[in-house]
Amino acid sequence: MQILIEALEDSLQLMLDLDPTVLVPVMLTLRVTLSSLAVSTMIGLPIGVSLGMAVKIPARGLLLAALYTGMGLPPVVVGLIIFLMLSRSGPLGYLSWLFTPTAMILAQTVIALPLIVGLTMAAVRNSHPELQPQLRALGATRWQTIITVISETRFGLLAAIAAAYGRIVAEVGAVMLVGGNIEMKTRVLTTAIVLETRKGAFALALALGLILLTMTFIANIALLRFGNWNEQRR
Amino acid sequence: MVKKHRSLLWLALTLITAAIVGCRPSQHLQESQILRLATTTSTENSGLLNAILPQFEFITGATVEVVAVGTGQALALGKAGDADVLLVHAPEQEREFVAAGHGTARYSIMYNDFIIVGPRDDPANIRHLSLATDAMTIIASTKSPWASRGDDSGTYVKEKTLWRAAGLYPTSSESWYHSIGQGMGATLNYANETDAYTLTDRGTYLSQSEHLPFLNLMVGGLSIKDNSDPTLYNPYGIIPVHSKKHNRIKHQLALQFVEWLTSAETREHINSYGVEEFGQQLFYTHRQSQ
Repeated sequence: MQILIEALEDSLQLMLDLDPTVLVPVMLTLRVTLSSLAVSTMIGLPIGVSLGMAVKIPARGLLLAALYTGMGLPPVVVGLIIFLMLSRSGPLGYLSWLFTPTAMILAQTVIALPLIVGLTMAAVRNSHPELQPQLRALGATRWQTIITVISETRFGLLAAIAAAYGRIVAEVGAVMLVGGNIEMKTRVLTTAIVLETRKGAFALALALGLILLTMTFIANIALLRFGNWNEQRR
Repeated sequence: MVKKHRSLLWLALTLITAAIVGCRPSQHLQESQILRLATTTSTENSGLLNAILPQFEFITGATVEVVAVGTGQALALGKAGDADVLLVHAPEQEREFVAAGHGTARYSIMYNDFIIVGPRDDPANIRHLSLATDAMTIIASTKSPWASRGDDSGTYVKEKTLWRAAGLYPTSSESWYHSIGQGMGATLNYANETDAYTLTDRGTYLSQSEHLPFLNLMVGGLSIKDNSDPTLYNPYGIIPVHSKKHNRIKHQLALQFVEWLTSAETREHINSYGVEEFGQQLFYTHRQSQ
């Protein structure tokens, strides 16, 4: 118990001091997480919306099974496969991406993508089944229909993005494998926590953990507020 | 409706069974004693422990749980009472550990050596230099990539000692110095992928070298006998954790382990390990325990 209290005190101090051993992993975590979230949203949202709006999907059962498997993809397996692809002996070795933030963004995107596609599809599918025929009857063009569907299901879409954010910001296995946990270069909060705990530097590890929690908390509040704000204005 | 309820009932039963089975300690562990050995990644990665431990388990009926971490964490585990016995390689820190009363004694058990490995084309041109500090001075002055463990392990402690001896204090703010904070295996992989130099124990390097096509041995000679730099000497010590501070430490079993490890038969086993597989001895035992 003693160690926990001491660690808590030290961790507050470290955060207040804006210590570089804390600040640098925080900035890198934000960079990697937000970049991969942006890429996976840009790719995943259109796919999810079109799958959700489609009346008939060819090989629907197989597609859904693949999608749900993807949503539960073990991150460390994603990391392993991307490691092998990017390794100098691998097919994409010429890119020299291994042990760079780019490799981490790639891994996180692969992890987040099925989650965004799956949850977006479910959100679109479950909201107002009569919406699309109604819009068509009112003479809406294809694009008007799509935009209305997106705006009607924005809570579901925000939930999809929040879930993906939560998954990748907390991810440790894949970023350790493809990023290499290099100090000041590819060390993010989660891998720093693993390292500091291994070294027995529990205060620093706990400080990093608290920051990670705070980041997830703030991001979720922001997402929720964004949804509410639209709601009130309407 | 009935059908639906039945399937729910089955689901609940399955979950409850899984929870009970999962939480119950297994029969095997209840019966036998467990000795938790905290050791370095090098003894684990080299395959030595897997080769010798079954014999101890056979003789005593005890189970040895190996926690392979850096020396820094192994000592921290011992200090916190989370390990019964330590097999580590940072003599200075080991002596402090015993002096502070965390361990009962330090027994010299075996040694091997450190080597410097690096990219095949050797951009810093250090191949065949005999002293590690000379090689590291050139690596620093030519700003050739260097992969550092950076994790409080025995190897990292040695690396820092060598940099200091060369009058250098490199940090991650220098673009060529990569502190990756992972085990020896991961660090060698990193060096292999990025054309970096690194300090490694010979055992781990030899046991992984077939997966390290881009790395070559640079400093330290082809075997421990050819290593002409005394600072690359790598002694391993074994320390039973003191049971005074933590009442769950299995001190008797730990002493039994030390006795077994230093016995003539086990020494023979350690000395012959690796000869067949890697063409050379990986660990050398001391003639008698000190």
